[in-house]
Amino acid sequence: MGLTLMEGNEIIAWAAYEAGCRFFAGYPITPATTIYNTMLRLLPPEGGIVLQGEDEIASIGYCLGASMSGWKAMTATSGPGISLYSESISFAIGSEIPIVIVDVQRLGPSTGSATKGADGDIQFMRWGNSGGLPVIVLAPSDVADCFPITMHAFNLAEQYRCPVFIASNKEIGLTSESVDFAGLERVPVVSRLLAPDGQPFVPFRSATGSDVPYFLPFGANTLVRQTSSTHGENGYITTDPAAIRAANERMDRKLTANVDRFSYCQEEPVADAETLVVTYGVTSRAARVACRELNKRGKKVSLLVLKTLFPVAQNVIRRAASNVKRVLVVEMNQGQYALEVDRVLKSHQVEFVGAMDGKLISPSQIMEAVSG
Amino acid sequence: MDSLINKSRPPIFCPGCGHEIVVRALDKAFRNVGLEGNQICLVSDIGCSGLFDTFFNTHAFHGLHGRVLTYATGIKLCRPELHVVATMGDGGLGIGGAHLLAACRRNVNMTLLVLNNFNFGMTGGQCSATTPSQAEVASGFLNRLDKPLDLHSVAVAAGVPYMASVSGYQKGLDKAIEEAIRFEGFAIVEILGICPGRYTRRNKLTPKVIEEDLARKGHTNGPVSANARPEYGEAYRELAARQARAGTPEAIEAVLKPVAEARQDVIILGSAGQRVITAGQLLGLAGMAAGLHVTQKNDYDITVLRGPSIAELILSPDEIDYPEIDKPSVILALAEEGVQRRKTVFDRADKSTAVIQASGVTIPETKAKVQVVDFKALELKAQDWALAALAVMAKMRAVIDKPMLETAIRHRFKGNALAGVEDVVNKGLTKTL
Repeated sequence: MGLTLMEGNEIIAWAAYEAGCRFFAGYPITPATTIYNTMLRLLPPEGGIVLQGEDEIASIGYCLGASMSGWKAMTATSGPGISLYSESISFAIGSEIPIVIVDVQRLGPSTGSATKGADGDIQFMRWGNSGGLPVIVLAPSDVADCFPITMHAFNLAEQYRCPVFIASNKEIGLTSESVDFAGLERVPVVSRLLAPDGQPFVPFRSATGSDVPYFLPFGANTLVRQTSSTHGENGYITTDPAAIRAANERMDRKLTANVDRFSYCQEEPVADAETLVVTYGVTSRAARVACRELNKRGKKVSLLVLKTLFPVAQNVIRRAASNVKRVLVVEMNQGQYALEVDRVLKSHQVEFVGAMDGKLISPSQIMEAVSG
Repeated sequence: MDSLINKSRPPIFCPGCGHEIVVRALDKAFRNVGLEGNQICLVSDIGCSGLFDTFFNTHAFHGLHGRVLTYATGIKLCRPELHVVATMGDGGLGIGGAHLLAACRRNVNMTLLVLNNFNFGMTGGQCSATTPSQAEVASGFLNRLDKPLDLHSVAVAAGVPYMASVSGYQKGLDKAIEEAIRFEGFAIVEILGICPGRYTRRNKLTPKVIEEDLARKGHTNGPVSANARPEYGEAYRELAARQARAGTPEAIEAVLKPVAEARQDVIILGSAGQRVITAGQLLGLAGMAAGLHVTQKNDYDITVLRGPSIAELILSPDEIDYPEIDKPSVILALAEEGVQRRKTVFDRADKSTAVIQASGVTIPETKAKVQVVDFKALELKAQDWALAALAVMAKMRAVIDKPMLETAIRHRFKGNALAGVEDVVNKGLTKTL
């Protein structure tokens, strides 16, 4: 087995390619640019398309056009670009356009620090859209993890016809690690469900036994309608409150009711642990060191590393916390995901540990917080 | 050919609106070209022109304000066989200005109809990018301060290869649209019209005034010979097919034994232009050649050839969890800028830490063992110091040894570059310490 030195960003690009992505549009921004660079090497020689948009708004617009043409599309940026994506994220949610959006997070607010890491966009990814319907947010924890997480992101975007975020971080995207490239975890590729022949195509009617409509691309023999306006099943504007409510409830339900099927996580449970550490992303690496060391010293601590952040994997969190008294949520921001954990674990004491200062949270900080 | 007008959703605009004429003319143009509905994708913007997609039996995409050209571009590049026609108003023209310029520069084979009626009709008649300065609109005095945009001149300056500005009331409007659809490249037809619901309540605008205005401007309609060039999609596919395929990432086999049994942390403190990042990669590869796990983090300013450049490497027989250096095994101090940026690392060093200090570079007081190397005396340029310092490490058997370094170099470099690096490393191996 040989090893290759690769960045998290490069792995995301390779995994996207293997997941069937053939369209990428992006605008250069540190620390996400090397995803664009790598896609530019990968896609054009294989018949794919890479565009450098005139701005982030255009980049995601190109992707939505490509996705509705039947292509798997991805864009990548950092916090300032996610801000500009917002209107199109709302569009992709409400009009059920599959797209994968990578946010290689950097220290904010605003332009912040281009080369410092943070997990400051976690709630922004969830809520940075008009209407507030759910999206899927997945968080890799290291370079190798970027591979399965990216493949899952494409599969979920296809399966549920929605935007899927990859919540990366400068500390993953621009860190190089030795990886066994051939041995990285790969998952079977899923593609959107095409409308069966011989049945009338109603663009926003659920497929049988599902809350997700069948897809047909522009260019199909059957005419395809797509609109950002409030629409009925036929894709035309509607003002019927019952139809509108049904569509919004369906788009909510198609993700929240199915989250148990894609609640990716890693657990290191310890019998009789009093404390559970919940974390995600690059911080999980420090948390793992801290928890192992604490357990070695006789302080029993369980660890839960979440890979699916939204919709919130409530059952996973409740199960992991079922026998502990205290829950610590460790994250590189001012306590964003702690709000979710606190909401889910009503009867627990949930504490936040973290900071947003451009530095990784260290194992000793976590150990102090658990012991304190 | 049959009409593509959607009979169950006939066009509905305010009485006297110029848009309905354009709907009929576009339908006629489709018929003139001989297109079926499934050969067309109509992409519409926000505003009154944003209703167009519902009036036709074609593929249809209705999106956000000003972004119509971004969706249209994505669709056309992925489905080159479709005729993509985008519609927008003068509102979308203003809000999507950057996309218009980009589309003109790019030349994707699609058609843009700009229905210019000089104001934001749908929101109450506010001024747009094309509202005349003297017009009375719902934006108070604001439009008096702006110069209206002349789409024709702007688009031609931005590189559009086909541009026509026409009156919505002229004979042969369908022919003007048809010609644009048939054009092999990005074609814009600006159609000047009247918004009776808002604009002409307070402003006098008639088909005759529009004709006179067009005549006064004197623009030439049709292909713009100065901007003639290959269509983007075709040119893209041709160039893309000629790009070399990216080979699978190359792996380095673990054929050697590591020097140290424990985890080793190395920090290279240099300046931009010293090939610090490359040296870091070589160090990583050297570790991987001995079966070690590796992480590398770099830190540098946005300037090229100026400012600090730092690489932090961890080499470990175990999987690396927390990828941050606490106490370094080796510090390479190659430039003041790098040393200044990471001063505190010297406080954390102890006697088990080896510092390789380029002579002339000052470092803070430290408990570490310091080895000074005069790279200048070896006639090495600053760009080679980091590579030479790796050779010094190999000679000291600190973290790496000679076979590890040589294997890494042969993996990373080929041809002339390899010879150059080998030369530098040999100097470091033979002439130092």
